[in-house]
Amino acid sequence: MKLTGAQIVVECLLEQGVDTVFGYPGGAVLNIYDALYEYQEKIRHILTAHEQGAAHAADGYARASGKTGVVIATSGPGATNLVTGIATAHMDSVPLVAITGNVGVPLLGLDSFQEVDITGITMPITKHNYIVKRVEDLAPILREAFRLANEGRKGPVLVDIPKDVTAAETEFVPQKPTVDPPAVLAADDDFQKAVELIKHAERPMIYAGGGVIFSEGAKPLAALAERIDAPVACSLMGQGGYDQTDRRYIGMLGMHGTVTSSRAVSTCDLFIGIGTRFSDRVTCDIKTFAPQAKIIHIDIDPAEVNKNVKVDLQLIGDASEVMRRLCNMLPDCSHAEWIAQIADWKESYPLHMEPRTEGGVTPQAVIETLWRLTGGNAVITTEVGQHQMWAAQFYDFKEPRQFISSGGLGTMGYGLGAAMGAQLARPDRRVVNIAGDGSFHMNCNELVTAYKYQIPVIELLFDNEVLGMVRQWQRLFYGKRFSQTTLERGTDYRKLAEAYGITGLRITRDDEIEPVLKQALSENGPVLIDCVIDRDINVLPMVPAGAAIDRPILNIEIDD
Amino acid sequence: MKRQIISILAENNSGVLLRICGMFSRRGYSIESLSAGTTEDPTISRLTIVTTGDSATLEQIEKQLMKLVNVREVRLLPDDCIKREHVIIRAGNDARTRTDLMQVANLFDANVLDVDDNSLAMELTGEPGKITAFIRLVQPYHIQKLVRTGLSALERE
Repeated sequence: MKLTGAQIVVECLLEQGVDTVFGYPGGAVLNIYDALYEYQEKIRHILTAHEQGAAHAADGYARASGKTGVVIATSGPGATNLVTGIATAHMDSVPLVAITGNVGVPLLGLDSFQEVDITGITMPITKHNYIVKRVEDLAPILREAFRLANEGRKGPVLVDIPKDVTAAETEFVPQKPTVDPPAVLAADDDFQKAVELIKHAERPMIYAGGGVIFSEGAKPLAALAERIDAPVACSLMGQGGYDQTDRRYIGMLGMHGTVTSSRAVSTCDLFIGIGTRFSDRVTCDIKTFAPQAKIIHIDIDPAEVNKNVKVDLQLIGDASEVMRRLCNMLPDCSHAEWIAQIADWKESYPLHMEPRTEGGVTPQAVIETLWRLTGGNAVITTEVGQHQMWAAQFYDFKEPRQFISSGGLGTMGYGLGAAMGAQLARPDRRVVNIAGDGSFHMNCNELVTAYKYQIPVIELLFDNEVLGMVRQWQRLFYGKRFSQTTLERGTDYRKLAEAYGITGLRITRDDEIEPVLKQALSENGPVLIDCVIDRDINVLPMVPAGAAIDRPILNIEIDD
Repeated sequence: MKRQIISILAENNSGVLLRICGMFSRRGYSIESLSAGTTEDPTISRLTIVTTGDSATLEQIEKQLMKLVNVREVRLLPDDCIKREHVIIRAGNDARTRTDLMQVANLFDANVLDVDDNSLAMELTGEPGKITAFIRLVQPYHIQKLVRTGLSALERE
């Protein structure tokens, strides 16, 4: 059948099983939006307040569902507004297809109205990108974009389509997408070597990153940990890859990891990193990382091996498949003494927060109450900063895709859009965006989207009137010179919420935590909770940048 | 630190050179020279890049290149591979230097491409060392213009 480029775009989305897209219309995508109007029974389009919000929502949708997120924006500023969202998805390996319009082919390169070279701009922050100059190429490129976004290490792909290409017609032949089975490139020999290393280890430790979640690896990871009898730490991106209520779980590893994790990494004699890129926020001082350990690295991306940490053995392939195969080759191991040592550390160094004033609210109390009231089943999204670390520390995630956060890029303003995307992907779950007041103000315009579509997310705003994480660093390393981190903007968050048609609640004392959270959870629409906390509650433990992981700061004196 | 010749086969489409150079630039890898052109298959280009780095860096360069969607093949060539460069020089400022330059050209088997009253345009193809030596000998005769390609290289079979 003969279709226009715009119709082909939508047909290709349907072909890929897309039922929800996020975006914002504009001149260069008029034809695509006309096709979306035509297909509105089949594809739901969520209109955000700003293209950045749409990109984060598509990203949150992808992380919560495991499907590919799709975002559509017009040329020029529409396209550049996606950039932060695309970079966020790229750093965290999120499958995302961004479709942008551009000026017509004859106008390209002439500095035409709303023209921008978005493929040039996004080259370093996409797995790959395309500009489609002939309508005949459109369907094959869109199919390849979806394949690439999901193949191997996942990531964003951008397809830029000039306006005349969306208007031109060509023959369209539907084609079912094919899915390749997960790849394992590691040789049998290497598996055998891994088995030997594991069998001979006395103090093995498993460390799981985001790759475990993207490869649907929670079950094989649990089986492997049990088989090896090893403690498990997770990165920020790996939160939920392992049941955090399990006795073998030892917490996050890295700059704000638990003492148990940092002790374990410094003491273990075998370190198995799975689906991880050994980020600088995790390894801290590379020279003192896992000094006694042989390191096995399991990852889909060969370029991550020996990039940051020199490893003893690499197993390249889909993390799930590699773990399954490894598990089948291993006998049951037992490390009673090591596990007892771990349990002892866990008991001696729990994560704990004291209120700074009588009746004051601690993030720990709020998040743990939220955990209890939601049965530990909520999907938690976050912005970036102290609240992000507290969310990771105090909400015990039980399964993958429960924790959604900008780990690699650290994008303030990510969470609200992501929360809406996650909620649309998972209507069966409560979705709570844990935010700080700094991040909130970056993209709070998206509250209009939550209202318009009645997306029942809870915006839990830790309101301390400072950029807390930067303030924490200024306190420790910049002589308490709190340069530009005291916000004191005087926003009345409840009134703001009400102006957007959203229920606004407030927590100021510890005895208000439970009733207010209960009320929020009983609402059917979106809710904003202004949760007032002291500005000098810090994120601890903390390993200063570049310091050794085994020497975290455990206490910060507040003497001003 | 080691000097390394990398031979790359990539799809011959717009932007592929930018993607490769962009990757080198953003990850802080050096490009000492680069030459590119189509192969016997017009849809495929071969690029020869000369870079320097320690073994860990070279390993990363190879892997990062392989991650680029348009890149088909990456080879780190051994030192004894076939290496060629090409130079075109216009030099000389009077009849006497022109005669002297003819002798230098003869010595190196360089071709004379163009002659006028006072100067001479010559070309030479050879190993980089030979090209450098040729340029050094032409140097005293007032080089007016010089163009030197990057290295092209192929493995020996």
